Amino acid sequence: MFEVAPFVPFFVVAALALFLRGWPRALVMIALPLLGLANLWMLGEGQFGTWSVLDFQLQLFRADKLSLLFGYLFHIAALIAIIYSLHVRDTLQQVASLLYAGSALGVVFAGDLLTLFIFWELLALTSVFLIWARRSGPAYLAGLRYFILHILSGMLLLGGIIFYGQAQGSLEFGYIGLEQAGGWMIFLAFGIKCAFPFFHNWLTDAYPQATPTGTVFLSAFTTKVAVYALARGYPGTELLIYIGAVMACFPIFYAVIENDLRRVLAYSLINQLGYMVVGIGIGTALALNGTVSHAFAHVIYKGLLFMSMGAVLQMTGRINGSELGGLYKTMPKTTVLCIIGAASISAFPLFSGFVSKSMVMSAAIKNGYDWVWLVLLFAAAGVFHHAGIKIPYFAFFAHDSGLRAKEAPVNMLVAMSIAAALCLGVGIYPQALYSLLPHEIAYTPYDMSHVLTQLQLLFFSALAFVWLNLRRLYPPELPSVNLDVEWLYRRLLPDAARGFANGVFRLDQRLRNAALAAVGGVMAFVTSYHGPDGALARSWLTGSMVAGVVLLLGIYLAFGLVN
Amino acid sequence: MSGEKQYFFDKPDNIRLLLRIFYAICALLVALDFVVHRHTEFRWEGLPAFYPIYGFVGCVMLVFVARWMRSFLMRPEDYYDRVELKDREDRKGGEAQGGHGDV
Repeated sequence: MFEVAPFVPFFVVAALALFLRGWPRALVMIALPLLGLANLWMLGEGQFGTWSVLDFQLQLFRADKLSLLFGYLFHIAALIAIIYSLHVRDTLQQVASLLYAGSALGVVFAGDLLTLFIFWELLALTSVFLIWARRSGPAYLAGLRYFILHILSGMLLLGGIIFYGQAQGSLEFGYIGLEQAGGWMIFLAFGIKCAFPFFHNWLTDAYPQATPTGTVFLSAFTTKVAVYALARGYPGTELLIYIGAVMACFPIFYAVIENDLRRVLAYSLINQLGYMVVGIGIGTALALNGTVSHAFAHVIYKGLLFMSMGAVLQMTGRINGSELGGLYKTMPKTTVLCIIGAASISAFPLFSGFVSKSMVMSAAIKNGYDWVWLVLLFAAAGVFHHAGIKIPYFAFFAHDSGLRAKEAPVNMLVAMSIAAALCLGVGIYPQALYSLLPHEIAYTPYDMSHVLTQLQLLFFSALAFVWLNLRRLYPPELPSVNLDVEWLYRRLLPDAARGFANGVFRLDQRLRNAALAAVGGVMAFVTSYHGPDGALARSWLTGSMVAGVVLLLGIYLAFGLVN
Repeated sequence: MSGEKQYFFDKPDNIRLLLRIFYAICALLVALDFVVHRHTEFRWEGLPAFYPIYGFVGCVMLVFVARWMRSFLMRPEDYYDRVELKDREDRKGGEAQGGHGDV
């Protein structure tokens, strides 16, 4: 049988897109994820594409239920994002986005660590063009910072693979664990891509700077690839539970005070990753199922939210909450679609977040992580607060900004509608998603207690928002920058480097001045003896010279007599 | 605003009506807590109105802490840009240019 690895069609079509224009290109690009999905469905579980380098057996395609689900997800996400960006007339972006989606598929189906590494680097290399495609100064610098951190992740991964391969004698990508140094390095490499605390700023820095369509691609692949890699390499690593709890918690504080609405979404993306990371850390069948299904639901509703904010940015040219408001009047369709995304991320019953997030929460409490459960519950209320209410409220309602933007283009609305339909579909009929999960377990999200408690939690979070808003206690949207870890490398380090350089120059200047002064001193000293009035340069009388010579001869004579 | 179409949320009555419905749902949800028997897995979960209180208090705390964080985290909008983009012309371009550049 003719077998094609899932990334191949993406790379081929990317090459085609270089030469095609207009509707042929659009047709090929829409057909691509559909045909790719069919191809993946036919391939099913299995492996092929073995090649050997030196003594190592490498494998281009290895699929089990875990990688298959991510594979399907990436095809769906690619389809939605491609439709969303059909209006873009920028070959660089089109080609880069296809290569980027293909690289993500390459990672997910890599059977060994070296293949994983190659696609890992391609992922960074191709995605950075989606940021640079904005063609503005801030985007260029944010892209550079993004690129440097991802290359760092790649270097750590390569180093880790070398150590790990040496210890294990095999490069197969399976459970890795933290027993050895190589395992730690790979863990850290995955962690950087997964936006672990202290390494999370590449995400909040670069995603808001990318193009409106580029961010939709970016939000789908990079971090979910990292979640997949962690789920395969480190399930049941307890450290991940605490990392995930921190990730779920701290970004919501930033999201509340952030003004750039796409950056609010970037912070809430980290918060959602936190749930997935906690699930991987718990590592039971229920928890891993929760992680994978949450990744599935998350890519689609987060994509939907980024698409709706992209549409706002596209149509108004603004994205700061302080400059927006009242857009529901002229963009009603985008408003409704955005609210569907907001309801999904907030895990309202009948929306996709409800059937996936609760599995992780349930796993946390079943395994005795009470405090983690409380933190996650707080984060769930907070998510509703900032992503569920704040995003639609400040963009589409709130005070009327006077903007009367036109409704988004048809292709954007179609893409958002597909995503919204999937959010509702997964929420209403979760069994379809559950049947694809890696572990077989019976889980029913819809029971009286769960629906009631979730509604109570959400409605009272909303009540808090209403109360704070009516009492004017809610922090207003202000044009501002909020300091985060990035301050270390965007301010402290450059300042330190500048200070150091200045110090070196000042020292150099001082040394030069001292040297000049010393030379001057020597000159003055010499001049004082040899200068026009110097003792050694004075013109002497012939008589006194003769007297001197006589004196010398006399002394010689005296010496001769003594001896 | 004269001459422009009146939209739904332009009328305070509509907003008041929506808020009343919202308060009624909130009250109903708390009332249900005493009627429906919830199965619980966590020791605090069984407390009456645990979820509503947790949700409300959690969010109010979230906002107050975030407001307090503003006092030491907030900087002017061009805090990074004025240093990083010193040599570039498009210092203010990042926000204003928006999505129109790539169409």
